[in-house]
Amino acid sequence: MTCVTRLAFPATKRMFSRILTSALFAGAAAGVLTALLQLLFVQPVLLHAELYESGALVHFGGAAVSAQPELPGFDAVRDGLSIVFTMLTYTGYAFVMVALMSMAEGMGQAISARSGLLWGLAGFITFHLAPGFSLAPEVPGVAAADLLERQIWWTATVATAGIAMWLLAFGGTLLSYAIAIALLLIPHLVGAPGPSSFTGPVPTEIGALFAARAFGVGLAAWTLLGCFCGYFWQAEGARDT
Amino acid sequence: MTTKTLTTSVAGTRFLPALFAVVLGLGVITLTGHVQASALHAAAHDVRHATGFPCH
Repeated sequence: MTCVTRLAFPATKRMFSRILTSALFAGAAAGVLTALLQLLFVQPVLLHAELYESGALVHFGGAAVSAQPELPGFDAVRDGLSIVFTMLTYTGYAFVMVALMSMAEGMGQAISARSGLLWGLAGFITFHLAPGFSLAPEVPGVAAADLLERQIWWTATVATAGIAMWLLAFGGTLLSYAIAIALLLIPHLVGAPGPSSFTGPVPTEIGALFAARAFGVGLAAWTLLGCFCGYFWQAEGARDT
Repeated sequence: MTTKTLTTSVAGTRFLPALFAVVLGLGVITLTGHVQASALHAAAHDVRHATGFPCH
Protein backbone atom coordinates (compact mmCIF):
# COMPACT_ATOMS: atom_id res chain seq x y z
CA MET A 1 0.00 0.00 0.00
CA THR A 2 2.85 2.36 0.86
CA CYS A 3 4.33 1.45 -2.49
CA VAL A 4 1.14 2.50 -4.30
CA THR A 5 1.03 5.85 -2.54
CA ARG A 6 4.64 6.56 -3.43
CA LEU A 7 4.10 5.64 -7.06
CA ALA A 8 1.01 7.80 -7.32
CA PHE A 9 2.40 10.82 -5.54
CA PRO A 10 4.46 12.55 -8.28
CA ALA A 11 1.62 12.03 -10.77
CA THR A 12 -0.88 13.41 -8.26
CA LYS A 13 1.29 16.43 -7.66
CA ARG A 14 1.66 17.02 -11.39
CA MET A 15 -2.11 16.72 -11.86
CA PHE A 16 -2.74 19.16 -9.04
CA SER A 17 -0.34 21.76 -10.39
CA ARG A 18 -1.87 21.31 -13.86
CA ILE A 19 -5.35 22.01 -12.46
CA LEU A 20 -4.12 24.96 -10.43
CA THR A 21 -2.11 26.56 -13.24
CA SER A 22 -4.77 26.22 -15.92
CA ALA A 23 -7.49 27.47 -13.57
CA LEU A 24 -5.44 30.50 -12.55
CA PHE A 25 -4.72 31.48 -16.15
CA ALA A 26 -8.29 30.84 -17.33
CA GLY A 27 -9.90 32.57 -14.34
CA ALA A 28 -7.68 35.64 -14.55
CA ALA A 29 -8.13 35.99 -18.31
CA ALA A 30 -11.90 35.50 -18.27
CA GLY A 31 -12.18 37.59 -15.10
CA VAL A 32 -10.45 40.65 -16.45
CA LEU A 33 -12.49 40.62 -19.68
CA THR A 34 -15.69 40.12 -17.68
CA ALA A 35 -14.78 42.98 -15.36
CA LEU A 36 -14.38 45.29 -18.37
CA LEU A 37 -17.74 44.17 -19.81
CA GLN A 38 -19.39 44.72 -16.44
CA LEU A 39 -17.88 48.18 -16.03
CA LEU A 40 -18.98 49.11 -19.52
CA PHE A 41 -22.51 47.69 -19.53
CA VAL A 42 -23.66 46.81 -16.00
CA GLN A 43 -22.05 49.44 -13.78
CA PRO A 44 -23.80 52.47 -15.37
CA VAL A 45 -27.19 50.82 -14.77
CA LEU A 46 -26.20 50.05 -11.17
CA LEU A 47 -25.05 53.63 -10.57
CA HIS A 48 -28.29 54.91 -12.07
CA ALA A 49 -30.28 52.69 -9.68
CA GLU A 50 -28.24 53.94 -6.73
CA LEU A 51 -29.44 57.49 -7.42
CA TYR A 52 -32.95 56.21 -6.63
CA GLU A 53 -31.77 54.02 -3.75
CA SER A 54 -30.15 57.03 -2.07
CA GLY A 55 -33.12 59.31 -2.81
CA ALA A 56 -31.11 61.67 -5.06
CA LEU A 57 -33.75 60.91 -7.69
CA VAL A 58 -37.38 60.11 -6.89
CA HIS A 59 -39.62 58.05 -9.14
CA PHE A 60 -43.28 59.22 -9.39
CA GLY A 61 -42.45 62.12 -7.10
CA GLY A 62 -44.56 64.59 -9.10
CA ALA A 63 -42.20 66.15 -11.63
CA ALA A 64 -40.91 63.97 -14.48
CA VAL A 65 -37.34 62.71 -13.96
CA SER A 66 -34.83 62.53 -16.81
CA ALA A 67 -33.96 58.99 -17.84
CA GLN A 68 -30.41 60.17 -18.67
CA PRO A 69 -29.03 61.67 -15.47
CA GLU A 70 -25.38 62.50 -15.04
CA LEU A 71 -23.67 59.45 -13.56
CA PRO A 72 -20.42 59.29 -11.59
CA GLY A 73 -17.51 58.31 -13.88
CA PHE A 74 -14.72 55.79 -13.32
CA ASP A 75 -13.83 55.49 -9.63
CA ALA A 76 -10.30 54.08 -9.31
CA VAL A 77 -10.79 52.47 -5.88
CA ARG A 78 -14.35 51.23 -6.28
CA ASP A 79 -13.98 50.00 -9.86
CA GLY A 80 -10.43 48.73 -9.22
CA LEU A 81 -11.78 46.57 -6.39
CA SER A 82 -14.55 45.37 -8.70
CA ILE A 83 -11.96 44.26 -11.26
CA VAL A 84 -9.97 42.38 -8.58
CA PHE A 85 -13.07 40.72 -7.15
CA THR A 86 -14.41 39.74 -10.57
CA MET A 87 -11.06 38.09 -11.34
CA LEU A 88 -11.15 36.30 -7.97
CA THR A 89 -14.73 35.12 -8.47
CA TYR A 90 -14.05 33.76 -11.95
CA THR A 91 -10.85 32.11 -10.71
CA GLY A 92 -12.99 30.35 -8.09
CA TYR A 93 -15.34 29.19 -10.86
CA ALA A 94 -12.31 28.10 -12.90
CA PHE A 95 -10.97 25.90 -10.06
CA VAL A 96 -14.28 24.05 -9.99
CA MET A 97 -14.57 23.81 -13.78
CA VAL A 98 -11.02 22.63 -14.45
CA ALA A 99 -11.24 20.08 -11.63
CA LEU A 100 -14.40 18.65 -13.21
CA MET A 101 -12.74 18.76 -16.65
CA SER A 102 -9.89 16.63 -15.30
CA MET A 103 -12.40 14.09 -13.98
CA ALA A 104 -14.27 14.08 -17.31
CA GLU A 105 -11.01 13.57 -19.19
CA GLY A 106 -10.31 10.61 -16.93
CA MET A 107 -13.66 9.22 -18.13
CA GLY A 108 -12.51 9.52 -21.74
CA GLN A 109 -14.02 12.92 -22.65
CA ALA A 110 -11.96 15.20 -24.90
CA ILE A 111 -11.26 18.60 -23.33
CA SER A 112 -10.39 21.53 -25.60
CA ALA A 113 -11.19 25.19 -26.09
CA ARG A 114 -13.98 24.06 -28.38
CA SER A 115 -15.64 21.62 -25.98
CA GLY A 116 -14.99 24.28 -23.33
CA LEU A 117 -17.76 26.29 -24.95
CA LEU A 118 -20.30 23.69 -23.78
CA TRP A 119 -18.67 23.63 -20.34
CA GLY A 120 -19.05 27.40 -20.21
CA LEU A 121 -22.74 27.17 -21.11
CA ALA A 122 -23.26 24.55 -18.41
CA GLY A 123 -21.44 26.76 -15.91
CA PHE A 124 -23.55 29.77 -16.85
CA ILE A 125 -26.74 27.79 -16.36
CA THR A 126 -25.47 26.38 -13.05
CA PHE A 127 -24.12 29.50 -11.38
CA HIS A 128 -26.05 32.34 -13.01
CA LEU A 129 -29.19 31.42 -14.96
CA ALA A 130 -30.58 28.71 -12.62
CA PRO A 131 -30.50 30.80 -9.42
CA GLY A 132 -31.34 33.99 -11.35
CA PHE A 133 -34.44 32.44 -12.93
CA SER A 134 -36.29 32.87 -9.63
CA LEU A 135 -33.92 35.17 -7.77
CA ALA A 136 -33.47 37.73 -10.57
CA PRO A 137 -30.24 39.76 -10.57
CA GLU A 138 -31.11 42.69 -8.29
CA VAL A 139 -30.24 46.33 -8.62
CA PRO A 140 -29.42 48.06 -5.34
CA GLY A 141 -32.58 49.27 -3.63
CA VAL A 142 -35.04 46.54 -4.57
CA ALA A 143 -37.20 44.85 -1.97
CA ALA A 144 -36.01 41.34 -1.13
CA ALA A 145 -36.38 38.58 1.45
CA ASP A 146 -33.96 37.90 4.31
CA LEU A 147 -30.40 37.66 2.95
CA LEU A 148 -29.47 34.36 4.63
CA GLU A 149 -32.62 32.66 3.31
CA ARG A 150 -31.79 33.83 -0.20
CA GLN A 151 -28.17 32.69 0.13
CA ILE A 152 -29.30 29.22 1.25
CA TRP A 153 -31.76 28.99 -1.67
CA TRP A 154 -29.07 30.26 -4.07
CA THR A 155 -26.55 27.66 -2.85
CA ALA A 156 -29.07 24.81 -3.01
CA THR A 157 -30.15 25.82 -6.52
CA VAL A 158 -26.56 26.06 -7.78
CA ALA A 159 -25.80 22.63 -6.28
CA THR A 160 -28.85 20.94 -7.84
CA ALA A 161 -28.32 22.66 -11.21
CA GLY A 162 -24.65 21.62 -11.20
CA ILE A 163 -25.52 17.97 -10.60
CA ALA A 164 -28.25 18.24 -13.27
CA MET A 165 -25.83 19.61 -15.88
CA TRP A 166 -23.33 16.83 -15.14
CA LEU A 167 -26.11 14.21 -15.51
CA LEU A 168 -27.32 15.78 -18.78
CA ALA A 169 -23.78 15.75 -20.17
CA PHE A 170 -22.51 12.40 -18.92
CA GLY A 171 -25.49 10.47 -17.49
CA GLY A 172 -26.40 8.74 -20.72
CA THR A 173 -29.55 7.00 -19.45
CA LEU A 174 -33.19 8.02 -19.50
CA LEU A 175 -33.30 7.84 -15.72
CA SER A 176 -30.36 10.24 -15.38
CA TYR A 177 -32.04 12.72 -17.75
CA ALA A 178 -35.28 12.48 -15.76
CA ILE A 179 -33.41 13.12 -12.50
CA ALA A 180 -31.60 16.08 -14.13
CA ILE A 181 -34.86 17.69 -15.28
CA ALA A 182 -36.39 17.19 -11.83
CA LEU A 183 -33.32 18.76 -10.18
CA LEU A 184 -33.56 21.76 -12.52
CA LEU A 185 -37.29 22.27 -11.85
CA ILE A 186 -37.63 21.59 -8.11
CA PRO A 187 -35.99 24.76 -6.70
CA HIS A 188 -38.30 26.91 -8.84
CA LEU A 189 -41.41 24.88 -7.99
CA VAL A 190 -40.53 25.24 -4.30
CA GLY A 191 -39.91 28.92 -5.00
CA ALA A 192 -37.23 31.40 -4.01
CA PRO A 193 -37.66 33.48 -0.84
CA GLY A 194 -39.36 36.74 -1.92
CA PRO A 195 -40.18 40.05 -0.20
CA SER A 196 -43.44 40.35 1.75
CA SER A 197 -44.19 43.71 0.14
CA PHE A 198 -42.74 45.86 -2.65
CA THR A 199 -40.83 48.84 -1.35
CA GLY A 200 -38.19 49.35 -4.05
CA PRO A 201 -37.80 52.96 -5.19
CA VAL A 202 -36.02 52.05 -8.46
CA PRO A 203 -37.99 52.40 -11.75
CA THR A 204 -38.86 49.06 -13.33
CA GLU A 205 -37.10 50.06 -16.57
CA ILE A 206 -33.77 50.22 -14.72
CA GLY A 207 -34.37 46.94 -12.91
CA ALA A 208 -35.24 45.14 -16.15
CA LEU A 209 -32.24 46.55 -18.01
CA PHE A 210 -29.98 45.56 -15.13
CA ALA A 211 -31.19 41.93 -15.14
CA ALA A 212 -30.83 41.71 -18.92
CA ARG A 213 -27.32 43.19 -18.85
CA ALA A 214 -26.23 40.98 -15.92
CA PHE A 215 -27.38 37.83 -17.75
CA GLY A 216 -25.88 38.95 -21.07
CA VAL A 217 -22.48 39.73 -19.59
CA GLY A 218 -22.73 36.54 -17.52
CA LEU A 219 -23.25 34.44 -20.65
CA ALA A 220 -20.29 36.10 -22.39
CA ALA A 221 -18.17 35.65 -19.26
CA TRP A 222 -18.94 31.96 -18.90
CA THR A 223 -18.39 31.08 -22.55
CA LEU A 224 -15.03 32.86 -22.32
CA LEU A 225 -14.24 31.01 -19.09
CA GLY A 226 -15.15 27.64 -20.61
CA CYS A 227 -12.99 28.22 -23.69
CA PHE A 228 -10.05 29.45 -21.62
CA CYS A 229 -10.32 26.53 -19.16
CA GLY A 230 -10.37 24.03 -22.05
CA TYR A 231 -7.51 25.79 -23.80
CA PHE A 232 -5.21 26.11 -20.78
CA TRP A 233 -6.01 22.57 -19.62
CA GLN A 234 -4.82 21.33 -23.03
CA ALA A 235 -1.82 23.64 -23.13
CA GLU A 236 -0.67 22.71 -19.61
CA GLY A 237 -1.08 19.01 -20.47
CA ALA A 238 0.99 19.39 -23.63
CA ARG A 239 3.71 21.11 -21.61
CA ASP A 240 3.82 18.22 -19.11
CA THR A 241 4.42 15.49 -21.69
CA MET B 1 -0.04 -6.58 -8.81
CA THR B 2 1.05 -4.26 -11.59
CA THR B 3 -2.53 -3.79 -12.78
CA LYS B 4 -3.74 -3.08 -9.28
CA THR B 5 -1.07 -0.47 -8.68
CA LEU B 6 -1.89 1.31 -11.96
CA THR B 7 -5.64 1.40 -11.33
CA THR B 8 -5.24 2.73 -7.83
CA SER B 9 -2.81 5.42 -8.87
CA VAL B 10 -4.86 6.60 -11.87
CA ALA B 11 -8.01 7.02 -9.77
CA GLY B 12 -6.09 8.74 -6.97
CA THR B 13 -4.14 10.87 -9.43
CA ARG B 14 -7.29 12.49 -10.72
CA PHE B 15 -9.66 12.39 -7.81
CA LEU B 16 -7.71 13.94 -4.93
CA PRO B 17 -6.35 16.97 -6.83
CA ALA B 18 -9.79 17.57 -8.35
CA LEU B 19 -11.48 17.36 -4.96
CA PHE B 20 -8.97 19.78 -3.46
CA ALA B 21 -9.40 22.25 -6.34
CA VAL B 22 -13.21 22.11 -6.06
CA VAL B 23 -13.03 22.84 -2.32
CA LEU B 24 -10.58 25.69 -2.96
CA GLY B 25 -12.79 27.11 -5.73
CA LEU B 26 -15.97 26.95 -3.67
CA GLY B 27 -14.08 28.62 -0.82
CA VAL B 28 -13.07 31.51 -3.07
CA ILE B 29 -16.63 31.84 -4.44
CA THR B 30 -18.07 31.89 -0.90
CA LEU B 31 -15.59 34.56 0.11
CA THR B 32 -16.18 36.86 -2.86
CA GLY B 33 -19.90 36.15 -3.21
CA HIS B 34 -21.46 35.44 0.17
CA VAL B 35 -19.44 36.43 3.24
CA GLN B 36 -21.02 39.52 4.79
CA ALA B 37 -18.00 40.99 6.65
CA SER B 38 -18.46 44.69 5.95
CA ALA B 39 -15.07 45.35 4.30
CA LEU B 40 -15.59 42.36 2.01
CA HIS B 41 -19.18 43.34 1.30
CA ALA B 42 -18.17 46.90 0.38
CA ALA B 43 -15.32 45.77 -1.87
CA ALA B 44 -17.30 43.06 -3.63
CA HIS B 45 -20.63 44.96 -3.70
CA ASP B 46 -20.84 45.83 -7.40
CA VAL B 47 -19.53 42.42 -8.47
CA ARG B 48 -22.09 40.60 -6.32
CA HIS B 49 -24.92 42.55 -7.92
CA ALA B 50 -23.59 42.12 -11.45
CA THR B 51 -22.86 38.41 -10.99
CA GLY B 52 -26.25 37.56 -9.50
CA PHE B 53 -25.31 36.81 -5.89
CA PRO B 54 -27.84 37.82 -3.22
CA CYS B 55 -26.17 40.94 -1.82
CA HIS B 56 -28.17 42.97 0.70
